[in-house]
Amino acid sequence: MNALDPSVAMVVPEADASGPPVPLLAVESLAVEFRTRSGVVHALEDVSFSVNKGETIGVVGESGSGKSVLFYAVLGILDAAGRISRGRAVFGGLDLTQATAAELEAIRGREAAMIFQNPRVALNPIRKVGHQIEDVLARHTSTPSAQLKKRALEALTAVRIPDPERRYHAYPFELSGGLCQRIMIAIALACTPSLLVADEPTTGLDVTTQAAVMDLIGELARRRNMATVLITHDLGLAAEYCDRIVVMHAGHVVETASTTELFAHPRHPYTAKLIATTPHGTNDLRSLAAIPGNLPDLRRSDLPPCRFSERCDRVEPVCQTSPLARQAFSAGHTVACCRPI
Amino acid sequence: MWQLIGRRALAAIPNVIGIVVVTFVLTRALPGDPAAFYAGPAATQEAVEQIRTKLGLDQPLWRQFIDYLGDLARGDLGLSLSTGQQVLDEILRRLPASLELTLLALLVACVIALPLGILAATRPGSWVDHACRLITTLGVSLPIFFTGLLLAYVFYYLLGVAPPPVGRLDSMFSPPPQWTGFYLIDSLIAGDLALFRAAAAQMVLPVATLAIFVLAPIARMTRAAMLGVLSSDFVRTARASGLSSGTVLYKYAFRNAMLPVVTTMGMVFSFMLGSNVVIEKVFAWPGIGSFAVDALMQSDYAPVQGFVLVMALLFVAINLMIDILYTVIDPRVTIDA
Repeated sequence: MNALDPSVAMVVPEADASGPPVPLLAVESLAVEFRTRSGVVHALEDVSFSVNKGETIGVVGESGSGKSVLFYAVLGILDAAGRISRGRAVFGGLDLTQATAAELEAIRGREAAMIFQNPRVALNPIRKVGHQIEDVLARHTSTPSAQLKKRALEALTAVRIPDPERRYHAYPFELSGGLCQRIMIAIALACTPSLLVADEPTTGLDVTTQAAVMDLIGELARRRNMATVLITHDLGLAAEYCDRIVVMHAGHVVETASTTELFAHPRHPYTAKLIATTPHGTNDLRSLAAIPGNLPDLRRSDLPPCRFSERCDRVEPVCQTSPLARQAFSAGHTVACCRPI
Repeated sequence: MWQLIGRRALAAIPNVIGIVVVTFVLTRALPGDPAAFYAGPAATQEAVEQIRTKLGLDQPLWRQFIDYLGDLARGDLGLSLSTGQQVLDEILRRLPASLELTLLALLVACVIALPLGILAATRPGSWVDHACRLITTLGVSLPIFFTGLLLAYVFYYLLGVAPPPVGRLDSMFSPPPQWTGFYLIDSLIAGDLALFRAAAAQMVLPVATLAIFVLAPIARMTRAAMLGVLSSDFVRTARASGLSSGTVLYKYAFRNAMLPVVTTMGMVFSFMLGSNVVIEKVFAWPGIGSFAVDALMQSDYAPVQGFVLVMALLFVAINLMIDILYTVIDPRVTIDA
């Protein structure tokens, strides 16, 4: 199949009555490693999950758990030191891990877009934001150059930027963080992708702006039937906006469940602890429990099968020896733990 | 834009005043007595005193300074005692020779160093990167007079492929009619290709020497700036948007990396003005550098003062140009910054 052909790459198989829907993005047993001076970092190991069309999933875990790297790998924007050592990532029928650089370039920004944290530094500081939107439009659409500005202004209007005509000529340093994040969203959504990966989109924004940005993403996703992946360390944020949550720890997916199921019955000790560390309206700040220990050093050659075992209070000798089994509890609720709760 | 240039030019005025004062004081502080020098070794004390009075050197310093300022205001840089020529005429005649050499060397250095730095940054650890490191190390560690002598020795003396280092033109040619003072351009204006070739041949070795010298800092800075920019968040955004690698590299990365590179080029140009003194000696180039050295050897105040003044003004002009370039490249730079 030719990914450069828009009519082909856009095809996302529809669900039919006979079986489960074919996911928009299916990641299977993905492993990523980084070669560094001090050894090979096994950043991701056996990562599997899927994103359905129009669905919003949250990828949750503490800093360094591999959330961002996972999607850098899927979209082919890993650093030169990193490489996918195993697994597949099938997006719209194409295995992205086998795709050529040109195929990936053609998909990024058109079919699957990504926005980042700290929007002020994530935009080119010396290029007008309007031109940055036009760059993406010119790259992925056949918009005639005379129409580019009109399309860019439409993209600015779509993310509800007031006075788009004036903002078109602005540089990122002239705009607030919230406006810059809207510009990022405008760039990402300019070509109406079917998947948006939002990597901590609200980090570095103040609380009211956070809510506005998240509501904007949610609304645009609903209106365009766009699947959204929200990468965050904030379980509360994920609970509010996501249909399903994927919990990651040290490069492993430890638990996947629908949001309600995950909060009602967390099965993995890490998830349970993560929920206990998340403040919400009713709990006392003093009752928040910190998770002991740190992420294990992923360069170690003697990493236990369960990378959480060294921080886990339910640990048993079997956790350090037997291979990590993934168990399904109910439809769509899977846990990678030898002694689930 | 014009407002910016005007403001920056105004801001340069205190610099120029400072330069005038410092040049005056420095030349007076030099060892050697010009009056005694001109009177000659056999002169009597009275003859020396007579010359001193004639040169105005018996006046108090402040008086000499005021006379100097008055002369400057009239565009009179004084007479060169050794050549008997007006210093201003002498400098104006020799300045194009130095500038032609310097500008061409800077151009050559940029044409090589910028792509080299970019390639080294985009392929770290590759052979281009190693070549870049080797060249920059050589460039900074070889003294310029040594490179010059080495090139002349190898290419003129040993191999005989370069013309003798005797200045801007072989004695068989006469200079083209003056338009810009740059022989390469003037000979083309005159339509004299043989003359152009001769002038170009004379320039190869000195330009190469200067270019090797300045290539290193430019290539290093380009590589470092590109490495920094390529790992920045906005380049990641550009890549995540699927922009082609060419667009990412030039529209996003290189334009941002240009900022420190432009600063380096300004500094490098200043180094080159200084190095000209050496290069012109090695290649018998009739520029202002060799003129100033000769004058200095003979305690000839006026040319030295004139030389330093012209150099300082060039310096100020270069910095002004860099400021303007900065505002063209970077919208964050404002007029008041």
